[in-house]
This record gives sequence, C-alpha cells and structure tokens, in this order.
Amino acid sequence: MAYAAFFVVAAMAVVSALGLVLRRNAIHGALFLIVNLGSIAVLYQTLGAEFLAWAQVIVYAGAIMVLFVFAIMVLIPGKEETGPDPRRPWRLLALPAGALLFVQLIFVVGRDRGGGGADVSPAGGGVEAIAGLLFTRYLFPFELTSVLLLAAMVGVLLLARRRV
Amino acid sequence: MSLTAYLTLAALVFAIGLFGVLTRRNAIGILLGIELMFNAVNINLVAFARFHGDLLGLVFTLFTIAITVAEVAVGLAIVIVIFRVRRTVEADRLDLLRG
Repeated sequence: MAYAAFFVVAAMAVVSALGLVLRRNAIHGALFLIVNLGSIAVLYQTLGAEFLAWAQVIVYAGAIMVLFVFAIMVLIPGKEETGPDPRRPWRLLALPAGALLFVQLIFVVGRDRGGGGADVSPAGGGVEAIAGLLFTRYLFPFELTSVLLLAAMVGVLLLARRRV
Repeated sequence: MSLTAYLTLAALVFAIGLFGVLTRRNAIGILLGIELMFNAVNINLVAFARFHGDLLGLVFTLFTIAITVAEVAVGLAIVIVIFRVRRTVEADRLDLLRG
C-alpha cells in the first residue's frame, strides 16, 4: 500500500515537472508547478513530516503561486517562447546537461552511504517536535529568517515603487 | 520505502528543473524551473531527516521554504521592473552586462 502510494505520488511529481518544462505557456507551467508542489506535500506526509506538508501547501501553493500567477497575468509572457530562436543549438545542449546531472546524482545516490538506509521512524515531524528545536537551539537562525523576510519585503516595495 | 527511492525521485526532479532553467526563454519560466530544483532539495532534506532519525532536516527545510519565499518575491519584482524598462522578459535580450 505504501509502495503504491509512493509510486503514484512520485509519478505525479515527475509528470507535472515534465509538463512544467515542456509546455511553452507560462501559465500552464505555473499550474503544473501547483500539482508538483501538492504531490511533494503528500510525499512529506508519507515521510511523517505533517507540519512541513501543510507549510508546503500554505506557503508554496498559497503564497508563492499567487505571486507567480499574478506576475504572469501582469506581464503576459508567452511571445518569448515562440518565433525563431537564435540560440537553438545551445539550448539543445540542455538535454544532455540535464541527463548528465541526473546520471551523476544517481551515481552518488547508488553509492554505499554506510548506514542510515533503514527506516528508523523518528519521534515524528509534528509541530511540537519542530518547534522544540526551532525555538531553542535554532532560535537565532529563525530570527535571522524573519529579518531576511523583512529585508525582502522592503526591497520589493522599493523595486515596485513608481519613480517619483 | 527506502531512502534511495526518495533520493532518486529528488535527483530526477532536480535534473528536470535544470533542463527547464536551461531551455526557458522568458525569465518567469526560469524562476519556475528554479522552484522545481528547490523542491528537489527539500525532498532530500526531509528524507534524510526521516531515515536518520534527525529532526534537523525538517528545521532546515523550513528555513529553505522561507528563503525561497524571499527569493521569489524579489525575483518577480526584478522581472516586473525589467519589463517596465525594457518591455520584454526574454532572458536572452537582457545582456547589458555582456562584454
């Protein structure tokens, strides 16, 4: 059962990723990315990280995808992907580059890692467990993250402002 | 499921993301490909957290997600400003810094 669930979700993730890169239309790409993010959230659930699964849905599907769809609606890209491509020979190199990277990664994954392969089932990835770490040992990076978000917000406001 | 299955899936998604980044011609498409690669990294972190019994991977994933939000917000704002100035978001034509 767990195997079947994993393979169905993994297939969804891979197919939506392929759809994202192969469709020319940017809005289709954004919608495929939503499917991809949703299936990865399900993967987090199968890995016992409930909190992250929901954070993924809320932050990615909720916040980031709204930004993407909004930007696509404002800019209406799509003309860029059609018409003659002066750099087509270079772009054809992307397929061997991606395949080479995949083969390399598989080579690394396939190597013996020396332990850690067994499913040890930790104490669970619920809110309590993460918060216990986040607000004690990793409190400083956590606060740094909030500063980063604030800086990003101020920067975006400055960038998007109309020149006066 | 074994750790290898998750790592293989993440490697596949990462490679597809790289392919997308290299082939896309508009800047928003490139950002979408980068999102894909970020997610592959997150799968790895969560899988390692699970199979090593170490919750640190989950904390790291939270940080990654927060940083991704900042990256997307700033990136899209830059794309919109570029569109306002140059009237295009085609990445190949943004070559002001070319020698």
